[in-house]
Amino acid sequence: MPIVLDKPSSFFDTFHRKPTQQKTTHYCPGCGHGILHKLIAEAISAAELQDRCIIMAPVGCSVFLYYYFECASISIPHGRAPAVATGISRMRPDAILVCYQGDGDLAAIGTNNAIHAASRGEKIITFFVNNNVYGMTGGQMAPTTLLNQKTTTTPYGRTLENEGAPLPVAEIMATLDAPGLVARTAVNSPRNIQKTRRLIRRGFEAMKDGKGYVFIEVLSHCPTNWRKTPEEACRWIDEVVTKVYPLKLFKDDLDTREPLCREHPRGGFPELVKALGVRAEEQDAGGVPPALPNGTDTLTFKGAGFGGQGVLSLGLLLANTAMRKAWEVTWLPSYGPEMRGGVAYSSVVISRKPIGSPVVDCPDILIALNKPSIFKLGPLVPEQGTIVYNSSMIDELPPDLSAGTVAGVPATDLAAEAGSQKAANTVALGCLAGITGLLTREEIAGALRETYSKPAVYDLNLRALDAGWRHGVRQGTDA
Amino acid sequence: MKKLLKGNEAAVVAALVADCDAFFGYPITPASEIAHTAALLFPKLGRVFLQAESELGAINMVFGAAAAGRRAMTASSSPGISLKMEGISYMACAEMPCVIVDVMRAGPGLGNIGPEQSDYFQIVKGGGHGDYRVIVLAPGSVREMYQFTLEAFDLADAYRTPVVVLTDATTGQMMAPVEIGEFEPTKPEKPWKLDTTAATNGNVITSIYLDFDEMERHVGHLDAKYAEISRKEARAELYRTEDAEILVTGYGIMGRLLHSLADDCRARDLRVGLIRPQTLWPFPAEFYRRAVRPGVPVLTVELSKGQLVEDVRLTLRDNPVHFYGRSGGNLPTREELVRQVEQVLRRPDV
Ligand code: SF4
Repeated sequence: MPIVLDKPSSFFDTFHRKPTQQKTTHYCPGCGHGILHKLIAEAISAAELQDRCIIMAPVGCSVFLYYYFECASISIPHGRAPAVATGISRMRPDAILVCYQGDGDLAAIGTNNAIHAASRGEKIITFFVNNNVYGMTGGQMAPTTLLNQKTTTTPYGRTLENEGAPLPVAEIMATLDAPGLVARTAVNSPRNIQKTRRLIRRGFEAMKDGKGYVFIEVLSHCPTNWRKTPEEACRWIDEVVTKVYPLKLFKDDLDTREPLCREHPRGGFPELVKALGVRAEEQDAGGVPPALPNGTDTLTFKGAGFGGQGVLSLGLLLANTAMRKAWEVTWLPSYGPEMRGGVAYSSVVISRKPIGSPVVDCPDILIALNKPSIFKLGPLVPEQGTIVYNSSMIDELPPDLSAGTVAGVPATDLAAEAGSQKAANTVALGCLAGITGLLTREEIAGALRETYSKPAVYDLNLRALDAGWRHGVRQGTDA
Repeated sequence: MKKLLKGNEAAVVAALVADCDAFFGYPITPASEIAHTAALLFPKLGRVFLQAESELGAINMVFGAAAAGRRAMTASSSPGISLKMEGISYMACAEMPCVIVDVMRAGPGLGNIGPEQSDYFQIVKGGGHGDYRVIVLAPGSVREMYQFTLEAFDLADAYRTPVVVLTDATTGQMMAPVEIGEFEPTKPEKPWKLDTTAATNGNVITSIYLDFDEMERHVGHLDAKYAEISRKEARAELYRTEDAEILVTGYGIMGRLLHSLADDCRARDLRVGLIRPQTLWPFPAEFYRRAVRPGVPVLTVELSKGQLVEDVRLTLRDNPVHFYGRSGGNLPTREELVRQVEQVLRRPDV
């Protein structure tokens, strides 16, 4: 005799949740969940997708659906099925993610995750079980609860004034581009079950071909919390629920869709090196780091100026050049409250031994590009220290400077002559190098070449460097 | 090869070297460079970068990727980490390996984007609901950001647990040269994973145990694992502790400042030693007990109103433990710290 109806192979033979009832589910008598489970299992088996399906077990009555489906499954936080499914899908592009979500799960706590997964077109087939109520937690209001419907949290009935109108989720999903199929269906009558069966099969067939996101809202009945007999509950769906939530195929353009491919060739360490843009000349020659011009092990630096004067890149340039000389180095941008009063900093510590703190309170060297910065930081530079200040913008020095070397350079003017005021930072650095011999002109030029890939910008900075360098060397000789 | 990197960038480079498959994140200052760098580098290497719809989305995507048996990470800063706590608790219970970088900023509330260490309680003591722990690594430099993130993936896999790299805005933003080299990650088999072969049909990853006794057994299993981690994985740097008349202790950026403080004080003939915890959970209690002789005063310095200090006090019952903290994004100056040391030495027994 031919078998016309059989247990779908994607269901377990026995259900191990309850040792005493290994052939029944844990759902209440007359609940819609069991019917929907069966339709899904049939479709998975019919499309031969058991191995490829990974099922999200939601929070709600269907939390234990993994006792029934013999697929890989995962129990996830309330509402997060679409996000977890996204994570799995991106790691297993051939997987078909089955999100089985109730109305609290998808339409309340997880709406954000659901909408975005749909909009990204994840490889998810979503079953949104809308039974107008929170089942497991004790019959509370759901976003889908009907107006006037009494629940344990709307004991006087849901009202427009207090709770607002029921949420039409399928209608919302249908407005998105990415989903290929959006429908609302029901499992309350043989006719509706047949329709739902066809729809689900179509959904899985599309998923099999990698045609992205499918959303099926299923009106389900919850006799327990509706306080109705199963027959009354099924009739209630036809007579009342479908008036608010019409059964409809909102969208089906699966046939015109291309399969989605997200796989890319994987790179390893050599590709990482390439992506990081590491070049041979960037590496230090090794060996002993040279002595520092101040004769100690550690030299601290602060570059300061207005935001936009390039103090961060000034510090970076210094740090990069120092690194190549086998010095230890740290660079720290100014942060938070430090930036008050028109002063942005970068701090650099250069050392011949491992660096402790990267924070510079009293810099050995200060480059001050604007007036507030020399007034704020200049007095902190110790006696053996050096200050290079931008005399184009600083016409007056604080009276309480103790630094041994204080040199002005018209950085903004020299930079303008070189081609752009923006290169004032490079002028100042060149001047500092010229005075202190901390770095050579060639070393800075090398760092510039790496920092500025555009030839015009590099040339400009090179001219700025030279102008500053010449100025610095002159000052050094004068002093 | 050497590369000048920000702490935040170093974490991403380390993740790629550790063969991380995916980064899921949500932008927040001062952790955003991690997402920026991941967005640049992950796709170039055929790995997944995805900006999630929310912090909750991001951590749950990590959950999914981990469940698929792959290496995944996320990164955020304090307020964002608060949102991730739900996922972290679920992942701890379901024993899903992952790496989370937390670049702490000032709080509570929106706070500001300056450096603080006021999320020690949140990360080290739980944060999410339930009886769980996560391994917490506390890098004190850009180099350690690289090194610890690299190791975090192996630790996560070895113990099937989330691992947090807990750092701060300063360490995230600062740059230093990092030596980057090839690395052979230790990747255990993951028979529990979810994939698309028949072998994993029936695999279930879950954190629900309705039966009270079953739940108690599972919590006990986690607890035994945590005991093993405590025995094996605690780490700390000890610096000039042998002859110290006072020990200073702090982690992360504070550890760096205290390192310099020890040198500053030694130059003034104050014998200061440093204990810098590199793991916050497990707490390196043995390192403290070994390094601190009874009676020697200890000064704990944090960018908070006193969180780490509670663990120091629990560990060192026979020592006067002092505390100094700064908040709001402020770092103490070197002189300020020297004054604190002098003050403790004047009245060590308070
Ligand atoms: S409470 Fe309602 S939804 Fe839940 S199992 Fe019972 S009938 Fe089904």
